[in-house]
Amino acid sequence: MKSICFYFQVHQPYRLSSYRFFDIGAHDHYFDEYANRYIMQQVAEKCYLPANEVLLGLIKKHGEAFKVSFSISGLALEQFEQYAPKVLKSFQKLAETGNVEFLAETWAHSLAALKSKREFSEQVKMHVQKIKSLFGQKPVTFRNTELVYSNDIGNMVYKLGFDTMLTEGAKHILGWKSPNLMYCSAANPKLKLLLKNFQLSDDIAFRFSERAWNEWPLTAEKFVSWIEKTNPKDEVINLFMDYETFGEHQWAETGIFEFLKSFPALAIEKSGMHFKTPSELSEELQPVAQLNVPYPISWADEERDLTAWLGNEMQDEAFNKLYDIESKIRKIKDDKMIRQWRYLQASDHFYYMCTKWFSDGDVHKYFNPYSSPYDAFINYMNILSDLVIRVNKQATRKPAKRAGTRKTDVPA
Amino acid sequence: MKALMFGWEFPPHISGGLGTACYGLTKALLKADVEILFVVPRMFGDEEPGNIRLISASEVTVDVRDEVYKSHENKISIMEIDSTLLPYSTEEEYFHLVEQIESGTRLEQLNLHARKFKFMGGYGKNLMEEVRRYAIVASNIARDNTFDIIHAHDWLTYLAGIEARKVSGKPLVVHMHATEFDRSGDNINQLVYTIEKAGMEAADMVIAVSHLTRNVVINRYGIDPEKVITVHNGVEPPRDSISFNIKRHVDEKIVTFLGRITYQKGPEYFIEAAYKVLQKDPDVRFVMAGSGDLLPGMIRRVAKLGMATRFHFTGFLKGDDVDRMFGLSDVYVMPSVSEPFGISPLEAMRSSVPVIISKQSGVAEVLNHALKVDYWDVDAIADAIYGVLHYPSMHAMFRNYGKAEVENIKWDQAGMKVKNIYKRMMQARS
Repeated sequence: MKSICFYFQVHQPYRLSSYRFFDIGAHDHYFDEYANRYIMQQVAEKCYLPANEVLLGLIKKHGEAFKVSFSISGLALEQFEQYAPKVLKSFQKLAETGNVEFLAETWAHSLAALKSKREFSEQVKMHVQKIKSLFGQKPVTFRNTELVYSNDIGNMVYKLGFDTMLTEGAKHILGWKSPNLMYCSAANPKLKLLLKNFQLSDDIAFRFSERAWNEWPLTAEKFVSWIEKTNPKDEVINLFMDYETFGEHQWAETGIFEFLKSFPALAIEKSGMHFKTPSELSEELQPVAQLNVPYPISWADEERDLTAWLGNEMQDEAFNKLYDIESKIRKIKDDKMIRQWRYLQASDHFYYMCTKWFSDGDVHKYFNPYSSPYDAFINYMNILSDLVIRVNKQATRKPAKRAGTRKTDVPA
Repeated sequence: MKALMFGWEFPPHISGGLGTACYGLTKALLKADVEILFVVPRMFGDEEPGNIRLISASEVTVDVRDEVYKSHENKISIMEIDSTLLPYSTEEEYFHLVEQIESGTRLEQLNLHARKFKFMGGYGKNLMEEVRRYAIVASNIARDNTFDIIHAHDWLTYLAGIEARKVSGKPLVVHMHATEFDRSGDNINQLVYTIEKAGMEAADMVIAVSHLTRNVVINRYGIDPEKVITVHNGVEPPRDSISFNIKRHVDEKIVTFLGRITYQKGPEYFIEAAYKVLQKDPDVRFVMAGSGDLLPGMIRRVAKLGMATRFHFTGFLKGDDVDRMFGLSDVYVMPSVSEPFGISPLEAMRSSVPVIISKQSGVAEVLNHALKVDYWDVDAIADAIYGVLHYPSMHAMFRNYGKAEVENIKWDQAGMKVKNIYKRMMQARS
């Protein structure tokens, strides 16, 4: 019997203030407190709270047959604590049922895996710590930001103590192979890989309310029948998506919450399928083949590559300059500064600078608070320029103090 | 398919976007196998029409017994208008005024009933009179030539279009390159407004150069949305002269404003933004190229802000000097309060210069690789200037994508659209 694996991504970045060049050197109010609070509370009301309630109801009703997994970024967890403690409580309530697995990811929802091994592992450890303290469970499964995966990243992840990882069932990697089976890393066969079935996942996440879609409206019956029609040898259907799909990307009016209720009920009661967590599946299933991924893949766009975040000149400049200050910022050991630096690592900021949507992808437009990638870049760079100035100031100040010989060589 | 076109300017005798746009569109239509008969008030002798058949209205003989002649000539005496009402104000205009004083507007008596009008062209003091006389001549041209469509560019030629339509019965399309609201803000010249409105009402179709202009046409002139179609302008491929090497003699980055120094172009916002940038980074030079009625005030403002050693005025530039100015520029800024289209940012991008354009411009509708700001948002303009000058990848972006984007905004596409409009109008008639 096939299993279904639900993994929901929960993330909110710290949105940046409108920061002009004449603010550089003047102040470090980088983040828009008002916007962050407002958006968090909006999404809590529209999505997190009602969706959690639906899931709690499903768990109570179906018991062992219904389990789900979440990956909640550190930035989102922190914002729950600051702006929406109710949401945190409702996730804790879900955790208490024992039917929910919390995955590990980078604390800042960053792309550090592509740039700094040290920063990557520190953020993963921070996140694991945070999950333990909030939900009382130690994550054993890893999912990287934007499902970014490559052989090298798989190696790092395994060394950090995870034996299962989630990523995209990218066509150019799978070829004729099915995403609905367990795989393992070619570089490190001990690392198991669960792959997103993007067809079925995106039917819910992107197409659910699209009236031009020839399958609209999507009903539980239809969806269950599609799962039943997959190859009999398939073992697991991985439905990976943003949690904000429910109530945020797809409004309540579209019937998305009814679908979230009726689809599992039908799959369990009529077809006898079970919803399992990644760690359960990892124990249950054996890898059928190795996957060789020399170049990073992700879950974004047609290309399933990194070009939504990196690759154009602006994204690369911002990304490189951000990590250029890593060693200096570590030496300074200023908690506020390193926190700001990490907030700036959130993949979202690079996504806003993407110029691909000029030609395709309405999705990019929908999620972008800036009217153009150029505006996003200038604002980000103004902030980063200020941080760089502050870091450099501190970095030159410290050794002078320690030396303790000259008193007047510190610039004001 | 043959179109009778009425224009007011033809290269190289242009004072702004109108002549450039007519030229680009006309060439594209020729390529699309549309024959064009292009009428201008007068020819200077050095026009380069290529395959375009240019007719000078000054060379057309008018019969004074004609009804059209009588109806307009009677009005001409009362059409003299005050110079403050003139829609355009440029050095070109000054040049024409001087010439006009020297030669004088006169009617040339050929025989008892035949006359020729001597047109000055340009935008002189007797503009309104010329507009009326142009209409008289138009009616003659329309009677003596065969064509399928009449196409009139901007209000100066609308009376001509209306007369031509009357005598020929052929469909008329009027082309709004700018509205009176763009030129004058809310203090519009009522007479110009009336002619614009009459032209659009008499027309079978109205072409607007942007959605922005289309909205103005619908909302402020009350024209039926059904007959107003947006056709964005294109840009000419660069002239060879652009490739010559331009030597810079200063080390500082150069930020350029290039256009008429009039209310419409928002020069004061450029100055205030320059002041903000200079406070943070003194190693920048600002250039304001162009002339216009606000120029003296702008010079005073720059002096008052104490930045005259960093802010330069060049006066009116044309031809190669425009290209040279772009070649020297690191950023081009167009903070227009109201810009129906705005070809100059495209010319800047063609020379790989990053552009900052106001959201209140039609060209913002067709550009992705441009920084767009509200014209009044001085902070945003300053921030955009600073960003382009300080973050190296921005230059790379514009070099790599901006130029390519502009090269795809071709007159050919505009030409095809206009040809389709002609077709529809002809079909509606048959």
